[in-house]
Amino acid sequence: MDATEIGLWGVPLAILGGAIRVSTPFIFVSLGEAITERSGRINLGLEGTLVFGAMTAYGVAVMTNSPWLGLLAAALAGLCFGLFHGWICKFRGVNDIAIGIALMLFGSGLAFFFGKPFIKPKAPNLPAISFGGWSDIPQVQAALDVNVLFLIGAVLSVILWWAFRNTRAGLIVRVVGDSSDAARAMGLNPDTVRLLATGVGGALAGIGGAYLSLYYPGSWTERISSGQGLMAVALVIFARWNPLGCFAAALLFGGAGALGPALQSVGVTQGYYLFYAAPYILTLIIMIATSSPTRSLAGAPGELSITK
Amino acid sequence: MSERKAVGVETIGMTMRFGGFTALDAVSVKVPAGSFHALLGENGAGKSTLVKCMMGFYHPTSGDMLVDGREVKIASPKDASALGLGMVYQHFTLVPSLTGAENLVISREKVPGIIDWRKERGDLGVFMERMPFKLPLDVKVAELAAGEKQKLEIIKQLYLGRSFLVLDEPTSVLTPGEAQEVLGLVRDMTKAGDLTVLMISHKFHEVTAFADDVSVLRKGKLTGTGRVADLDHKAMAAMMIGDQPIAALDSRAAPKPDAEIVLKVKSLKAPDRTGLKSIRIEDLGVRSGEIVGIAGISGNGQKEFLEVLAGQRPRDAGEVLVRGSAYAATRAEARALHVRLIPEEPLKNACAPKMTVAENISFRTFDIDGNGRPISWISAGAIRAFSARLVEQFKVKTASLSSPIASLSGGNVQRAVLARELTGEVDLLIVSNPCFGLDFSAVAEIRARIMKARNAGAAVLLMSEDLDELLELSDRIFVMSDGALVYETPIAQASVQTIGEHMAGHH
Repeated sequence: MDATEIGLWGVPLAILGGAIRVSTPFIFVSLGEAITERSGRINLGLEGTLVFGAMTAYGVAVMTNSPWLGLLAAALAGLCFGLFHGWICKFRGVNDIAIGIALMLFGSGLAFFFGKPFIKPKAPNLPAISFGGWSDIPQVQAALDVNVLFLIGAVLSVILWWAFRNTRAGLIVRVVGDSSDAARAMGLNPDTVRLLATGVGGALAGIGGAYLSLYYPGSWTERISSGQGLMAVALVIFARWNPLGCFAAALLFGGAGALGPALQSVGVTQGYYLFYAAPYILTLIIMIATSSPTRSLAGAPGELSITK
Repeated sequence: MSERKAVGVETIGMTMRFGGFTALDAVSVKVPAGSFHALLGENGAGKSTLVKCMMGFYHPTSGDMLVDGREVKIASPKDASALGLGMVYQHFTLVPSLTGAENLVISREKVPGIIDWRKERGDLGVFMERMPFKLPLDVKVAELAAGEKQKLEIIKQLYLGRSFLVLDEPTSVLTPGEAQEVLGLVRDMTKAGDLTVLMISHKFHEVTAFADDVSVLRKGKLTGTGRVADLDHKAMAAMMIGDQPIAALDSRAAPKPDAEIVLKVKSLKAPDRTGLKSIRIEDLGVRSGEIVGIAGISGNGQKEFLEVLAGQRPRDAGEVLVRGSAYAATRAEARALHVRLIPEEPLKNACAPKMTVAENISFRTFDIDGNGRPISWISAGAIRAFSARLVEQFKVKTASLSSPIASLSGGNVQRAVLARELTGEVDLLIVSNPCFGLDFSAVAEIRARIMKARNAGAAVLLMSEDLDELLELSDRIFVMSDGALVYETPIAQASVQTIGEHMAGHH
């Protein structure tokens, strides 16, 4: 890429493009986690689900030559992981965080095991829609090549935000997440609701994984996720369990993630590696800035084990 | 929603056994349609068991239920609601983060998949016009005052079409004014024949003021029933507690207005639980030999204030002085200045539940010898001897000294904590809700102990949500509202009316 033509303007442009590109898995994982946490449970295993989803999507896409079938397979795999987590957690004395960590390792390990044969072959990619046709500058065109999953994620976050207020399912998830007792008094079974919410959350995380292997970076490697699933969990807390907030926070994280490559592309040769750490540092800063030793988090679902 | 019509409910020989324990022994209670019936009894007398059997939460071992004279089988809470029976719990069952309207709609039997809020709001508006309560339905329940929540709970039951309501101690979280209002409105509905009410209570004055009939339970048996008009408080108390001895309160030693000020709090500022507001105590002094009561509805900063005094919550500004020296609630300071603390829910806040009774009783003293010098070898024998003496003295009922303290009943846990805190020299005693959830005799005894400590010269700061308790014990009463002390009155001029208004923040 020749960045000298537009000079330093390349940096914000690359950040914008990067934000859209990098944020998509964050959007799906955090929306999934938002649903799960709103129902009163934490699924830390989404990192494992993400990796396994990436492997499944890639593998199925290679074998069937259809990225959409790969996406579907990843969602189904994620659903299974989520349901497994939800099913184990209904037993007395089971800690959702510990199970989440176990499933995170299990999911990654399983993905590495099954994914070995897929490291070499090339899978078809998911399509993108170009919004940059009005411009002649290739960087602008590149930045505005928007993947369909990003658009779906954006629409999904609005739908979820609306659904939490305006649908029976949304209200039931909020009731269960805020007070198990109230839910039981209404004749709802909190375990069932949480099982389904964790399942849906897992499916969304699987889709996030499919994006990683089928669009950006667009190939299957064992280091494909590098903790994005975990960061997405932190992001949900930062977004105060609000789907629109999740979308905005995902963009912010995506932008931070694109900082390093953007600097590199304009010819910064020293120290740009430090900027690769930007999302992680941002996570730390946000967690420190938004927490307090004396006050509980506003908007936190009442049944969440970390806020109880 | 069809026209509501009150139903009558009757239990016949209701018996409930849990293993070998008989919680309910052939109890027959008749609540005619459109009446306001009170169910009196101490904790553990079987009131909750009875209503849970009626509402289908428990399956009674034997006994029958009649609704409007017809025998019915109630196998689950669903069956009960189908018959129009509903219950308002002591603890709120509303979902805090949902608005009132959301709470009402989602609790309905049939909720459409997509909720048309415009239509629902319209329907709710029509419904609320027929209700005696006026309430904001677009506010999150968490932001409602306790009285409003209680009204919303009742409205929810009516919205669901219930015409027989069980109210489980409905006024325990309300100010006197709110209690009057809520019960008055409910009573009007029973008089109009729209509603039948069975109210669980242990407050005689409420029963006298609002109920038509009363039934009294003791140890699972029905010990009396009758028209409220024919019974006085004494008769009801006799049915409720039988002939157990009740500890008498020491007569109050005359207060000395010039006694030393033991606890002094000056311009204290600390964040509250949400971190959004803060509590501010401008100036509070507690003299030796007096009980200063702090009244207030729960959640107005009393808990935070106690936590600051107990050293559990950092303060932003201000001073806490005990006998003139700064007090930060370290173990050394508490020991040197003879400060003792009895927080609310003692099992949770003042005990290590799985450690033994003996160990819990010696928390203050296990690491010092008779002369107050630290010791390097802890003697299990000394701990046992010390706690055996206290268990005896404070009549703590425990299977053995080495039972975990969590296995004791609430009253005995509180006795054990009192034993620990009131033994030795006490200059300052800080107490919070000491009698919450305890039975009659334990309450009387614990209040007597606190009064005894006062008469012996301790300065006592008593925070309580029970106004009757404050009026009985205090020499002065402060009202805490919205994080500040807003009102002070000596006991001689205290009026429930005025205190209630300040508690509700109407001044």
